[in-house]
Amino acid sequence: MTEEYFVQGNEACALGAIKAGCRFFAGYPITPSTEIAELMSQKLPKEGGRFIQMEDEISAIGAIIGASWGGQKVVTATSGPGLSLMQENIGYAAMTETPLVIIDMQRGSPSTGQPTKSGQGDMMQIRWGSHGDYEIIALAPSSVQECFDYTVKAFNLAEKYRVPVFVMADEIVGHMREKITIPDDIEIITRQAPEKTEDYKPYEAPCNGTPAMPPFAQGYNVHITGLTHNTKGYPDADDPKVHETLVTRLCNKILKNTDEITEIKSKYTEDAETIVISYGVPSRSVTTAIKQARKDDIKVGYIKLETVWPFPEKQLQKIAKNAKRILVPEMNLGQIYYEIDRVLGKTAKVELMSKIGGQVHTPNEILNKIMED
Amino acid sequence: MKEDIRVAGLGGQGVIMLGIVLGKAASLYADFNAVQTQSYGPEARGGASRAEVIISDEEIDYPKVENPDIFTSMSHEALMKYISDIKQGAYLIVDSGMIDETEIQDIIKEKNLKYYTTPATQTAEEKLGTKIVANIVMLGSLIKATNIIPVEAVKQAIKDSVPNGTEDKNIQAFQEGMNIVQKKI
Repeated sequence: MTEEYFVQGNEACALGAIKAGCRFFAGYPITPSTEIAELMSQKLPKEGGRFIQMEDEISAIGAIIGASWGGQKVVTATSGPGLSLMQENIGYAAMTETPLVIIDMQRGSPSTGQPTKSGQGDMMQIRWGSHGDYEIIALAPSSVQECFDYTVKAFNLAEKYRVPVFVMADEIVGHMREKITIPDDIEIITRQAPEKTEDYKPYEAPCNGTPAMPPFAQGYNVHITGLTHNTKGYPDADDPKVHETLVTRLCNKILKNTDEITEIKSKYTEDAETIVISYGVPSRSVTTAIKQARKDDIKVGYIKLETVWPFPEKQLQKIAKNAKRILVPEMNLGQIYYEIDRVLGKTAKVELMSKIGGQVHTPNEILNKIMED
Repeated sequence: MKEDIRVAGLGGQGVIMLGIVLGKAASLYADFNAVQTQSYGPEARGGASRAEVIISDEEIDYPKVENPDIFTSMSHEALMKYISDIKQGAYLIVDSGMIDETEIQDIIKEKNLKYYTTPATQTAEEKLGTKIVANIVMLGSLIKATNIIPVEAVKQAIKDSVPNGTEDKNIQAFQEGMNIVQKKI
């Protein structure tokens, strides 16, 4: 039966996680994500799951990595300062191909910054925060319904590609309340154990592929290490070929499947001379501004990146091929703007619209910038 | 129809709860879309805080209130802090025991406001025995003055939102609020 609630984005994330089959949360509460931990602590025990409040975020991500290998779908929720502490183990999760979901309710940053205000300052940290070459997946919700939908999707992607998946929301969306509708026919991907063969190799996969995850205590010989490992899972940190094969596959299993992973929403782009590209909560101001502009016969369109990482390079180039000018409103001093400029800068003039301090761009600010040209 | 509503008060007065009940009534129990947002500092009690609700029969994109069509305040400090961008001809509904009218005479005239007063906190204390329900009294006055959502939808949302066992007291508070509001200008 379809259910309806009037809830916060934070609560919608927690409801989405449970709907997706998550039964383990470890975390350290932090504003503006605290309501996720609060609701998970109430709901998980009733679902036969476990909630652990850890001593800090380093142990929180350590605990969910362990629980993921223990066979659970797992999540933690945090904000900038906590995310910084998690970086080392995010790389470990990428190297060991551990499915997990991290919900980041972004706030004013750097450092402890503005706990009760909004921002989008963590977008590059999730991409490059841990050392080395690795890939992650990131989704950016702009509404309470999307908090639910994208969290479910994050779990599915984490299971499918065995990778850390980030739900990159922000204080505004996290604390905002809207109606959400939960249908009963939601697609949920469940973990499939690999076939037990005599010469079973847990890390054997095609060059762009993801091997099935062997559960603990089910008769598989599994070794997990952050060291460069061969297809058996044993450390082999000397052979250049082993390292190249492993790390290339870890990146390519995401990069080469970008079209399948990423989703973009766009409108009015066909005849648009100016296109506004955004992700997360500024997309809502953009939509209001573009609707107004179209009423005034101004040829402007918008693109909303539902998935930010892997970066949907080819899709963007296709949709924005006729645009002369691209505007990028971001609640930071320029992060995804540089990626958009790299991808579209040769065919259009790409302009950044920064806004920091805690407020999202108003529709008028975007409209005025559109009219400036 | 699109109504931008701002509810101002001090932390602890229940202004965010008032906003939640409004949003819930509009989106779950009446046929509207609603977004509720809030603004508050790091402190849990005291300090001006505000809840904002947008109610519309169309999709709501930009979620923040820029110029309120309806403004209600349960505190003088919060009223003065948040009133300056009120829309021309908007509704202003204040808790008469909590604010100093003299300071808002100019803006009422200048913006041609529809001005209502309601002794919400006093009524909650004297008639209902606790000022905890002052926010729901205020809600009754807001609904009576503006008529934006059907009364039955609001009552459903109140029952759905308040702690178990306090439903009757809160419905009574809502009724009182509807009765005591007075149109001044």
